[in-house]
Amino acid sequence: MIKRGYYGNFGGAFLPEILVATFDELEGVYNDARNDPRFWHDYELLMSSYSCRPTPITYAQNLTSHFGGARIFIKREDLNHTGAHKANNVMGQGLLVKRMGKTRVIAETGAGQHGVATATMAARFGFDCTIYMGEVDVERQRPNVFWMEQLGATVVPVTDGSRILKDAINEAFRDWVTNMDSTHYVLGTACGPHPFPEMVSWFQSIIGKEARRQFMEREGRLPSRVFACVGGGSNAMGVFSGFFDDDVELVGVEAAGRGLDSGEHASRLCSNDASVGVAQGYKTYFLQDDDGQMKETHSIAAGLDYVGVSPILSDLKEKGRVRFEGATDREVIEALRLTMKKEGVIPALESAHAFARAFKEAPEMAADEIILINQSGRGDKDIFTIADAFDDPKWKRFIVEKAKQYHA
Amino acid sequence: MLETYIRSRLAEKKILLMTHIVIGYPTLEISMEIVRTMVAAGVDLMELQIPFSEPIADGPVILKANQQALANGVTVGQCLDFGRRVARQFPIPFLYMTYYNILFKHGVDRFADDMLEAGLQGAIVPDLPPEEAADYLDAMSRNELSPIFIYSPTTSEARMNTIARVADGFVYCVARKGVTGDQTEFSRQIGDYLGRCREATHLPLALGFGVKDKTDVDFLTGKADIAVIGSQTLRVVENQGIGAMGQFIRQVVGG
Repeated sequence: MIKRGYYGNFGGAFLPEILVATFDELEGVYNDARNDPRFWHDYELLMSSYSCRPTPITYAQNLTSHFGGARIFIKREDLNHTGAHKANNVMGQGLLVKRMGKTRVIAETGAGQHGVATATMAARFGFDCTIYMGEVDVERQRPNVFWMEQLGATVVPVTDGSRILKDAINEAFRDWVTNMDSTHYVLGTACGPHPFPEMVSWFQSIIGKEARRQFMEREGRLPSRVFACVGGGSNAMGVFSGFFDDDVELVGVEAAGRGLDSGEHASRLCSNDASVGVAQGYKTYFLQDDDGQMKETHSIAAGLDYVGVSPILSDLKEKGRVRFEGATDREVIEALRLTMKKEGVIPALESAHAFARAFKEAPEMAADEIILINQSGRGDKDIFTIADAFDDPKWKRFIVEKAKQYHA
Repeated sequence: MLETYIRSRLAEKKILLMTHIVIGYPTLEISMEIVRTMVAAGVDLMELQIPFSEPIADGPVILKANQQALANGVTVGQCLDFGRRVARQFPIPFLYMTYYNILFKHGVDRFADDMLEAGLQGAIVPDLPPEEAADYLDAMSRNELSPIFIYSPTTSEARMNTIARVADGFVYCVARKGVTGDQTEFSRQIGDYLGRCREATHLPLALGFGVKDKTDVDFLTGKADIAVIGSQTLRVVENQGIGAMGQFIRQVVGG
């Protein structure tokens, strides 16, 4: 009996027996792809013609002068097709689905970005597609639901549990144990049973590979610190993986919600509220009570609102290779406002967590140091949430008027 | 110990009946009443599910029961106490069924010690495959408790043999793909599948997932040693009450 997929004490594959054969198949196809240099070549080709790869790094000159410390660069994952790094993972898994000969894909989604990305992949490759989404997230991310449906996907609102991302994952597993012969579950982040954490990180490593090369070409040196937001951890794993072997400080930024002391947050690695557990098929830090029941989490960003975290990141935290910090809802809104005004880029609420933390540290750093912030996604999809957070009166008037038109 | 009991019961009847409850659903008091009714109706052994917030192998009926029990504030401590009370009060074997995190957070060793002390006979942990079960197997074996493992229609012959080496008491054969509570078609395929299971282990075989009435149990007689009814008894309790559930079981058990 071989334990698979461990990173220190974390990871593993805690699978119901019915799924073991499916995971064996997936692991086989994944290992073949990984050992086949053509696969990565084809993957990069696909991403350069269908998405916007390589995504640029943008020098944020105005933010740099505003803070007067380290020079700030932004890796523009928001410029991917569908507006987030999620495209990297879904297109990679889509290629594996073709290799396995399956005809249907399912996915969970929190913010909706992974759902939209999966729906585009399914449309492009000709797969049937069902997306599970917590009812709470369906309400706060309606525009993404609209797009998923237009792309041909069936969106199933999940009404069990706390009705957010973790509940959508449970429901996707329930579909999978029934339909695994035809269906692949496109897990959206570097969590879940082996090989998902490793496989998703591998597809996302395209971010770090590019960023490293771009810095060497443009600056002839690497950044001193890299900031990435951490929900499940896939964009962080992606950008960090370009710098693991270098003298670069890696900072993961979690959702501190209404504050780390408030109990209303989604910080697994930078708070004292999480402990090691096993759920959703893997072992990692979870926000859970003493009995092992998962707690409710809170974040302004649906994509960070999750009880667990990548087992690879839990291991990197214990090894001291990645530092973890939190950013509160309020800090995130301020960082977002400032970034839009100063640079004209619109980070997603998730990504804005990385900006918020970087802004705290930038002034303390020397002018010859470099900060890289991974802008994992674009924020215009969050228009309802951001407009609410900004309490924008003109937007409210618009919505009221629009609603009247529908009643007419 | 569990296997001995099952064998001795099988000397008297052709197929045994195992039922399932979620502890604390709808309340701890009613759970006790359900156990009493089930035992009186002639159930041979029972699974007591300790509710978990993320029950990924369970379908809608048992999922809702887990959530409701937790919403009522049921704790693991209360579930262990419940197990102790029923094991002392009723003369059939009881097993815990729960997800691994409940054992892991309680401490796997401590959980097994508590089971022994309470008089439980074994446990079913559907998200703990043998590969991840080293600590659990040690703790169970040290206390002479039965770790019940699972076969599924997708389990290869080689893997069935491997699982048989660590399993004890009986093997729980899942009838089909999917989660608990869905429809199962009891056809020749199930007979063939149980034949494959039989070749892989000398342990008694239980069959569950979708077993819902006497017709299904009759079909399984001679093929499996234990029929497992889970979601269906919950449905009968919810729709018609505990008394009707007792009648339902007597009808399934009776000739």
